Amino acid sequence: MKYKSQKVAYWFFALSMLLLVLQITYGFIMGFARIGFDNLHEFIPFNTARAVHTNLLVVWLLSGFMGAAYYIIPEEAQRELVNVKLAYVQLISLALVGVIAIVGFHFNIWEGRKFLEIPRPLDYLVVVNVLLFLGLILTTLFKGKRQTTTALVLSMGLLFAALLYLPGMLPFDSQVTDSFFRWWVVHLWVEGVWELIMGGILSFLLIKLTGVDREVIEKWLYVIVGLTFLSGVLGTGHHYYYIGVNKIWLIVGGIFSALEPLAFLAMALFAVNMYRKGEKKHPNKLALYWTLGAAIVSFVGAGLLGFAHTLPQTNIYTHGTLVTAMHGHLAFWGAYGMIVLAIISYSLPNMTGRKLYDSSRGRMAFWLANIGMIGMTVAFGVAGVAQVYLERKFKMDFMLVQKEIAVHFVVLVLCATMFATGIVLYIIDFYKHGKPSDEALEIKE
Amino acid sequence: MLSKKQARAFFLGGTLVTFLIFIGLTIYSFSKGNDQTNQENLTAEVVRGKEIWESNNCMGCHTLLGEGAYYAPELTKVVDRLNIRYDGNGEQVIKSILMSPSPWQINGRKMVAYGMTEQEASDVVAFFNWIGKIDLNGFDRVISPLAKEKINK
Repeated sequence: MKYKSQKVAYWFFALSMLLLVLQITYGFIMGFARIGFDNLHEFIPFNTARAVHTNLLVVWLLSGFMGAAYYIIPEEAQRELVNVKLAYVQLISLALVGVIAIVGFHFNIWEGRKFLEIPRPLDYLVVVNVLLFLGLILTTLFKGKRQTTTALVLSMGLLFAALLYLPGMLPFDSQVTDSFFRWWVVHLWVEGVWELIMGGILSFLLIKLTGVDREVIEKWLYVIVGLTFLSGVLGTGHHYYYIGVNKIWLIVGGIFSALEPLAFLAMALFAVNMYRKGEKKHPNKLALYWTLGAAIVSFVGAGLLGFAHTLPQTNIYTHGTLVTAMHGHLAFWGAYGMIVLAIISYSLPNMTGRKLYDSSRGRMAFWLANIGMIGMTVAFGVAGVAQVYLERKFKMDFMLVQKEIAVHFVVLVLCATMFATGIVLYIIDFYKHGKPSDEALEIKE
Repeated sequence: MLSKKQARAFFLGGTLVTFLIFIGLTIYSFSKGNDQTNQENLTAEVVRGKEIWESNNCMGCHTLLGEGAYYAPELTKVVDRLNIRYDGNGEQVIKSILMSPSPWQINGRKMVAYGMTEQEASDVVAFFNWIGKIDLNGFDRVISPLAKEKINK
């Protein structure tokens, strides 16, 4: 750690970990409900569990991204954060908004729009919170000694993510128009600007871990984020095939979303090549595992599995089935979950001064979480494909099909247990690092 | 070999061009003659139905236009499907489920008991009827009862 104010990141990461545990807990509630153990229905019906599960995903990832920015930007800009106290205010208000939203979901207070369930008054608080965050990050960056490409791409991703939240707040009477602009937020976040954030964090980690020249890494960063937007913006069309808008989107969405895996392939090749090229052998092996893992798993989850059902001819059968859940889980895990865990693994020893670089518990956490998540993806995939055939091809009743595929959710819960064990081990490692300390400033990274 | 400057131009140029095309296509698809969202048939009842749909987070279990949580049935064209199953009483069946004071439970999977009023339930049905008349580029054929009859023959 080079600057005292980087310590703020620790608390954002700690909030992230807490919310991740809650997200997994609600995932289990849904998994058990699907195999018939819906005992909590009276207090936590499925729609509550689902809203909590997906919104916590967004908030723990955002908290992780914010922590990453508070760690990376001072180091890249070569100065302290402009105002540490305000950063803590921002952290507390983020946690408060999250807690109020989640409690509200248990009392039927929400907007009921997939992924954007947070009620409108809280949306305004989110906007204020994010503006405060961006103010702190951008002022630090532009008052700094240098503005690196890595810092600019990361900040640009965060700024666009904030701007793109706004179309989701527009009121529409028509379900179709509502859905159309909801995807401006959801799709352009996860298949657009969040990839900028991921690219920025990945680039920072590769510079630190491999020792490859910054100029080389940042040049390829531009190519990757260029490919992301080139395919991802018009790729939004794959959400518009069958929701009641013009057929033009079948062609545009089909072509451009088929190109989306290229950005993820480029990211995976980039990370692996930089690792091979690098002469520096950084002792933080765990950070390297998570960094390379994120680049590779995101290609499989977001790139390949997304491609598997993105063509209109396939999507007409898979749209609105568990096939989407298959893709969603591995994509979010690989692209965003793992990159947050990567930056935490890298920065934690630097902030606390405790170099638990290569613990067997840390390695176990990596493998259990990944194998568990791949198992969950396979379970969702088998259930989804069976659902497509039985319901869409053979026209069986929805509920009868659900009974037929319930067994796959037993497998899902078992794999989720393995995944959760990995996460618990990761958090034990997090806890064992202790709190951030100014003494860590003296220690060479 | 590609320089960093060229790579940056590729990123900024590509982003700008695709975003402008995206805005253009959005305007095109909602323009008169190309709009197939069934906007012209929106009534106050349908809008109220949408509000009820959202304020109870129905999408947290069901899917509509293929979007939702895959835990409970797809509700696009639901009135048509239930009309076939219940001899033309589809709307009444939906209303009684929505107005029921105790949880509707089918094949072991429970639905929250919303205990809606007659008016609220009618609004939701109007919303489903409006959804059922949107041109979905063929998706409705995959989930509609007509396809089911065709298969049975």
